[in-house]
Amino acid sequence: MSAGHHRYVATNRRVREDRRFVAGKGQFVADIDLPNMKHVALVTCPYAAARIKSIDKKAALATPGVHYVLDGAELAAATLPLMTGLDTPNVPRRPLAFEVARYSGEWVAAVVADTRALAEDAAEAIEIDYEPLPFVLDAEQAIAPGASLVHEPHGSNVLLDKTFVWGEVDKDFATSPHKLSLRVKWARSSTVPIETFGVVASWDPWSDILDVYASIQMPRYTDQIGAALKIAGSSVRVHYDVDVGGSYGVKRGIKHTVLCGYLARRLGFPVRLIEDRLENMRGGDAHGPERLFDIEVAFDNDGIVRSMKMRALENVGAYAGRSPFQLGKPIGAIVGPYKIRSVQYRAMAVVTNKTTQEAVRGFGQAPTNLAIERVMDEVANVLGLDPLEVRRRNLIRSDEFPYQIPSGTTYDSGNYETVIAKVLADTSYDELKKERDRLRAEGNLAGIGIAACLEPSGGNATFEALLNPANTTSTFMDSCRINVDGLGAITATMHTTSSGQGHETLVGTVIGEVLQLDPDIIRVTRPDSLNSLPSGTPVASRMAIMLGGAAFHAAHKLKMKLTTIAAHDLGIPMERAVYERGEVYDRNAPDKRRSWMDLVAIAHRNYHRMPQDFEPGLAVEHIYQVPTGGTLPTKDGRVQMYPCFSFEFHLLLLAIDPDLGVPEILRYRLGHDCGTQINPKIVRGMTLGGIAHGIGAAFYEEFAYNDDGQLIAQTFMDYLLPSSQEVPAVDIIDHETPSPHTVLGQKGSGESGYLGAPAAIANAVNDALRPLGVSINTLPLKISKLGDLIAEAQAKKG
Amino acid sequence: MRIELEVNSVTYALDVEERTTLLDCLRDALGLKGAHAGCEHGVCGACTVLLDGVAVRSCLIFAPQAEGSAITTIEGLSPSPGELSPIQDAFCETHGMQCGYCTPAMILVAYALLADNPSPTREEIVEAISGNICRCTGYAQIVEAIALAAERIRGANRPLELRK
Repeated sequence: MSAGHHRYVATNRRVREDRRFVAGKGQFVADIDLPNMKHVALVTCPYAAARIKSIDKKAALATPGVHYVLDGAELAAATLPLMTGLDTPNVPRRPLAFEVARYSGEWVAAVVADTRALAEDAAEAIEIDYEPLPFVLDAEQAIAPGASLVHEPHGSNVLLDKTFVWGEVDKDFATSPHKLSLRVKWARSSTVPIETFGVVASWDPWSDILDVYASIQMPRYTDQIGAALKIAGSSVRVHYDVDVGGSYGVKRGIKHTVLCGYLARRLGFPVRLIEDRLENMRGGDAHGPERLFDIEVAFDNDGIVRSMKMRALENVGAYAGRSPFQLGKPIGAIVGPYKIRSVQYRAMAVVTNKTTQEAVRGFGQAPTNLAIERVMDEVANVLGLDPLEVRRRNLIRSDEFPYQIPSGTTYDSGNYETVIAKVLADTSYDELKKERDRLRAEGNLAGIGIAACLEPSGGNATFEALLNPANTTSTFMDSCRINVDGLGAITATMHTTSSGQGHETLVGTVIGEVLQLDPDIIRVTRPDSLNSLPSGTPVASRMAIMLGGAAFHAAHKLKMKLTTIAAHDLGIPMERAVYERGEVYDRNAPDKRRSWMDLVAIAHRNYHRMPQDFEPGLAVEHIYQVPTGGTLPTKDGRVQMYPCFSFEFHLLLLAIDPDLGVPEILRYRLGHDCGTQINPKIVRGMTLGGIAHGIGAAFYEEFAYNDDGQLIAQTFMDYLLPSSQEVPAVDIIDHETPSPHTVLGQKGSGESGYLGAPAAIANAVNDALRPLGVSINTLPLKISKLGDLIAEAQAKKG
Repeated sequence: MRIELEVNSVTYALDVEERTTLLDCLRDALGLKGAHAGCEHGVCGACTVLLDGVAVRSCLIFAPQAEGSAITTIEGLSPSPGELSPIQDAFCETHGMQCGYCTPAMILVAYALLADNPSPTREEIVEAISGNICRCTGYAQIVEAIALAAERIRGANRPLELRK
C-alpha cells in the first residue's frame, strides 16, 4: 500500500487505541463500578413455546440480598414494545416474555440482588408454571399449511414476502440455452464476540437522567431506549466512551437496556446486567442469519450468466427486530461483481421458535455471496469450463464503471481483472492446479476454491424503505467536531462507540492529513449522547467513509477559518493566503505569515483583529450525509444502496483427509481492493479476522437445535470458534481503486474477508469432492458430515 | 473466608466467599480489571493470568486455591505507569488486536512462552496461543507481535523473568 500523495493517510502508523488495551486499561462495561450498584440474573423458559400460567416469586424474594423480581407482565404494562424494522404490530418484541414465551431460553423474569451470584441463586428459587405449546423450528415447515403460529394474532409466520423483478427475467430464461438450479443453505451462526453483552443503567430522579453504559453497537440506540421507556431522548445519556469487546454487528442489546433502564428507575439504584455465556448464546438475541436459497440461473454456451432467480428464505427466530432487513441489503449487490442483466429476487422472512436474530457482519451479504459463488462454480461444471475462466467472462470490466446493476444501484469503481491478475502473479493458477492434481494422485481429496465478491460499504441503508414502504428514511449521517483551545491544542470528537475498529485513529489521521499536522497531537474523545451530534454507529462498513468524511470536512472548515483569519490579519485577499502545516502566509511575500499560535491568539483573545462578525474561537463541526444517498426507491423497487463497493478475490487450496473428513487449508490468497486504506494495519487486521470468521461459518459454527427446540450449542465446547490452529497463514494482495464518491478515495473494509471466505471454502470442498461424484451445499461443512459423505460415496463406488 | 494473595509482588489480605473465582476476586476485590470474563467455562482464555509463571484460566480457579502462589496479571507487566514492556510494545507495533478484550491474556501467554523459549518458531507461537480465542484478528498480527517481541528481547539481551 503506497501512501502516494498523502502525508499520514495510507502510511504504516500505529493504532492509538492499542496502548490502553495492551495495558489492560480498556474500559469495558464490566469494568464499571457504580456506588450501590446491584446485579441482574435472568430466569429463562425451558420450553420452545409455552404459556406462562403463574410465577411464584416468594422464595426468591425471601432470600437475603435479593431486592426485586421483575416479570413480563409488569414490564409490558410500564413500557412500549421494542422498535422493529417492519410494520408488524402483532409481532411485539419485549425484553421479558409476556403471557407466552416463544423460544427455549427466552427471558421470563429478572432477579436483582446484591451480587450476581446471589441473583443466580434466587433465580433458581423462582417457580414458574408453564403450559407447553406447539412449536415450529424449520422455516419451510413454518410456512407450510397448518403450521403452529409463533405469534397467533399475526395470522401467519411470514413477516416479509416480497418479490422483485429487475429486467426481462422471463425472456432471458426463455432464450438461454442452459439453466441450472441449486439449493444452498447458510446455517444459523453468528459473530459471538468474546465479551458478552453488558449494560449498566442508573437513574437520577433529581435531574431526570438515565445514565447508560453498554457494550453497544446499535443504531438509534438512545431513541429506542427513550421510546420504550416513554422518556425523552434528552433523559437518556449513553456513554460512548465504553470500549466494546467485539461486536461485528450483533451487540444490539436493546432489550437488555430497556430491562435495566426500567429496573434502575423502578428501584432507585444502579443495576447491571452482564450476560454469562449461556445467556448470551441462548437468550441474548444475538444469532445471525439462517438462510435457505433456491437459486436458478440462465446462461449461454460460453458460460455468460444472463439471468438469475433467487429465493431467500430467512428463519429470523421468534421476534423481528431489524433482522429481516438482512434480506434487503444484498439487493445493492445482488449480482455480485458480474454483468447479470436481469434478476428476480424473492425475499421471505419467517418467524420460528428459535432465538431472535440480530445483525451480523455483512448484514446478509455473506450468505448471498455464498449462493451466487456456488452457482458460478456449477455453471462452469455443467459446461466443462474452468471456474476462474467463467468468472472472468462474467466480470464487470474496469472500463465499464460506474456500472448500474439491474436492482438500481450503481457500483462506484473497480478493477476486478487486475486484482485477480495480481493474486495470480506469484502463484500461477496452473501451478495451483498442478499441486491439487499431485495431491489427488497421492490419494488425497484436494480442491481449489474461488470466490469473487463485493463488500457494499458506506451504509446508505435504503433497503429499509424498500422492504417497508412506511419507512421513508433516506438520511444516513455521521459527524465530527473539532475544537482548538486557547493554548492551541486540538481536540476532536466522535459520537458513537467502537468495537475494535480504531475510530480514534481514523479521526486523528484524517484531521492530521487535512491540517498537515502530526495526528498524534490531535486528541480524539467520545462525549456522551447528550453532548453529541447526530451519528450512526459502526455498522455497514461505513465508518472510514462516513466518520472519515465528517472528520475531513470538519478539518477543512477549520483550515478555512484559520486561513480567513490570517488573510484578514495580514491584510491580503483570501486567494493569496496559503495554509501550510498550521501556518498561513502571503503567496506573494512568504515572509509575511501568521503562525498557529498567532492565529489561536487572534481567535481566542484578539477579537479586534478578527474579520467582521466572525465567530470567535476555533470550533467547527460537520454532519456528513452518505454519498450518493438521499433518494427513495422507485415504484418498481430500484434504488441506489450504499455508495462504495470493495472487491475481494479468494483463492485457496484445500485437502480433505479421505478417511476422517478433516479438511486442511494448504494455501490461502486474497486479492483485496477497498480503495485508499486510511490505516493499512487496521484494514489488514479486519480482513484477516473476517477470513477467520468465515472459516468458522464454513466449517465449525452452528447454533444447532434438537427436535425439542432446545439449543444444543450452548457453550464454546459445542459452538466452535476457530483457534490459531484452525486459521491458516493468508497472503493478502492489495490493490487500490479509489472511490470517486469519498473524500480520500476510501471504501469500507469492516466486513472484508468474511464476505467471500465461506463461498471460497464451500467451492474448494466441492471441488475436492467432485471426483467422488458428490457435492455439499449446506453449511457448516463439519468434519463429521464430510466424513460420512465421503464414506458413502466411496461405498457406492465400491 | 480470609485469604492472602500475592499479586504482582504485593500481598493482599482479603475476605472472600469460598466460591469466589480467582477472576472475580482479582476484578472485584482488587480492582484489577485487565483479566476479562469471556466464557467462564475455561475455553476462551480471556481470563488468563500467570500463576507461578504458568498461564492459567482464572475463571476455573477459586481464589482460595491461589494462596501461596505468585500471581501475575497484565497490570504487573508495565515497567512504570505509561511505559510499555517489550511484548506490549510489539503488540502495538503489529496491531496485534482490535477490540482489546482478549489482549491482556494473549500478552500474558506470550510472556510465559518467551520466558521459557526466547526463540519460538511460528508453530510454537501458534501452539502457545491456541487456547486463547481472538474473534477479531484471525491471529496473524498476534503471532507477528510475539515473534517481534522475541526478536527485540533477544536483541536487548535482557531475558524475561518469571515470578515462581
